[in-house]
Amino acid sequence: MTKTVTDVVCPFCGTLCDDLEVVVSDDGKKLLEVYNACAIGAEKFLHSQAKDRITRPRMRQEDGSWKEISYDEAADYTARMLADAKKPLMYGWSSTNCEAQSVGSEIGEAVGAVMDNTATVCHGTSLIAVQDIGIPSCTLGEVKNRADRILFWGCNPAHAHPRHMSRYSIFPRGFFTGKGHTGRKVIVVDPRVTDTARVADVHLQIEQGHDYELLDALRVAFKGEQLPDVVAGIPKAKIYEVAETLKSGRFAIIFFGMGVTQSIGKNHNIDAAIAVTRDLNEYTKAAIMPMRGHYNVTGSGQVWGWQFGFPFAVDLSRGFARYNPGETTSNDLLRRDEVDAVFVLGSDPGAHFPFSSVRKIYDLPSVAVEPHETPTTEICKVHVPVAFVGVEVGGCAYRMDNVPIETRKVVDAPEGMMTDEEFLKSVLMRVREIKGV
Amino acid sequence: MATIRVNLITGRTIQQGVSMEAGKEKPAYTAACGIIELDPADFKKLGVFRNTNVRVTSQYGSVIVKAVEATQGPHPGVAYIPMGPWANMIVNPNTYSTGMPTFKGTPVEVEVAKSEPVLGSLELVRKGCRGELA
Repeated sequence: MTKTVTDVVCPFCGTLCDDLEVVVSDDGKKLLEVYNACAIGAEKFLHSQAKDRITRPRMRQEDGSWKEISYDEAADYTARMLADAKKPLMYGWSSTNCEAQSVGSEIGEAVGAVMDNTATVCHGTSLIAVQDIGIPSCTLGEVKNRADRILFWGCNPAHAHPRHMSRYSIFPRGFFTGKGHTGRKVIVVDPRVTDTARVADVHLQIEQGHDYELLDALRVAFKGEQLPDVVAGIPKAKIYEVAETLKSGRFAIIFFGMGVTQSIGKNHNIDAAIAVTRDLNEYTKAAIMPMRGHYNVTGSGQVWGWQFGFPFAVDLSRGFARYNPGETTSNDLLRRDEVDAVFVLGSDPGAHFPFSSVRKIYDLPSVAVEPHETPTTEICKVHVPVAFVGVEVGGCAYRMDNVPIETRKVVDAPEGMMTDEEFLKSVLMRVREIKGV
Repeated sequence: MATIRVNLITGRTIQQGVSMEAGKEKPAYTAACGIIELDPADFKKLGVFRNTNVRVTSQYGSVIVKAVEATQGPHPGVAYIPMGPWANMIVNPNTYSTGMPTFKGTPVEVEVAKSEPVLGSLELVRKGCRGELA
C-alpha cells in the first residue's frame, strides 16, 4: 500500500509551489511519485532516493581519497576550524530552513564570521537598490488576482521558475482577472528570444547590457517626452507603445531577474527599474518583484534582517554587524585573500562562483554541508551530507514575495543522517566549549 | 582555423536545473552545461558543424565546451553557456564594488578544438584548482 501526501511545498525555487502531491510507501521511508511539480522540483524530490547517495560525513586524506568520519568528528572539525580562524566565511544558507539559518547566525556571532548568502551572486544588487530607493512591491496573490500588465525583465521563468507563469503571472484566472491570460498583456525584455518571450505579446530584444538606457527611456516615454530613434537596439515607436500598454493597465507588475542584476550597471539597473515602477504609479497601480532563485534565499535575508539589520554580506568579525557590499561580500573577500576558512551550507559556490574564487576555497580549510555531491564538496576538506530540507525535514521558508510558508516533511531521511539544524546545533555546542562561552 | 568573437551571457536552463538536481557528478550535467549555444550566423562564421568541441577564451580564463545551436534564438553575436563551472571558468569575476561578479556580458573568443574533451564538472574544478588544466 502507498499513501499520498497532499499540499507539499516544493523546495527548489522562490515560487515555493504549495500544491504538490507526493506518493510515499506505507512505512514512510520511500518516495515513489511526485505530482504537480515542475521537472526540476520533481527531480529534487526523486534524487533524495538515489541509491548512490552519500549518507555519512567524510574527510579528504593526504592522498586525495575520502575517509568516512562520524558526525561528531565532523562537528568537532568544523567547530575547531571556525574557532581557530581569524575571519571565517560562512556562506550559503539559501537551501535550508529559517531554523537552521538562525542557529548558523549564533555560530557566526560566536566565532566572528562573515555571513553571506547566495543573494551575493543573485539578487544582492537588488537588495542594494532597495536600500537606495525603496521598493513598491506586492504578493503573488495580488499578481494573480489583479495584475493585467506583466513585464518580465531579464528573467526567463519558463526555465528558471517553471510554474510561476501558470500559478501567478500569466495564465491563472483570479478575482479581478477572470479571463486568465487573454485579459493580460505580457511584455518580455531579454537579449535572447527566450521561451518566456515566445508566450509574450511583446518582446523587446534589448542589446545585452543596455538595460539602464531602456529603463530610462521608458520613464521618458511615460511623460511623452522625445526619445532618440533607437535606444538599446529598440526603435522608439516600440518603446512608446510599451509605455502606453503599461500605463493603460489596471495593475502592472514588473518581475526582474539576473539579466539586470548581473549585467554591467548592477544595482543601478535595479534603481532605474524601481523608478520606472514609481513613475508608473502616477498613472495606474504598479509593483515590482525580484524573481528569487533558491527557495529560501529570501528567508535567509529575513532572518539576518531581524537579527543583524542586513540581508546579506554581514561581517561579524569585529563583534558587531557591519555591512558593505564590495568589501564584505564573498567573492571580494575570497579574491582579496581576506578570509582564512570557508564554511558552506545549502549552496554550491564550487559550481556557481567565478573560478578565481573557487580556487581560493580550495586553498583554505573548508567544510561543505550539502546533501549532494557537488564541485564544492569536491574541493572542500570535509563533506557533511545532511537530510533534504522540504523533503526529509520541514521548516520555515520565505517565498519570493516575502510570504513565509511552512515546508513539509514527506519521507524519513536515511538511517542515522542529521539535518542541517541538528548538525549546526552540535557545532554551536562545540564552539561554545572551545571558546568557553 | 577561424576564431570568432562573441558576447557571452550565462543563466539557468531547465536542463541545467534538472540535471543539477539529479547530481552534478553525472554525465547529464555535463551534457546540459558543458555547452555553448551559438547562433546559426556565428556557426557559419566559425565554419564548423553543430556539436563540435570548441575552446572558449576570455581574458579571465579558458574552457572546452561543445558548441550547439541556440535553442532560444536568434541572437547573433551573443553566446550562451548555462550557469555552472564551465561558464565560471571564463566569466568576468569583477564585482565593481557591488559583490556581484559580472556573469553576463563577457567578451570571448571561440575557436575549434575538435580533439579536446569536455571535462565533467568535478574533474574540471579539481584539475583547475590543482593547476592541471591546459
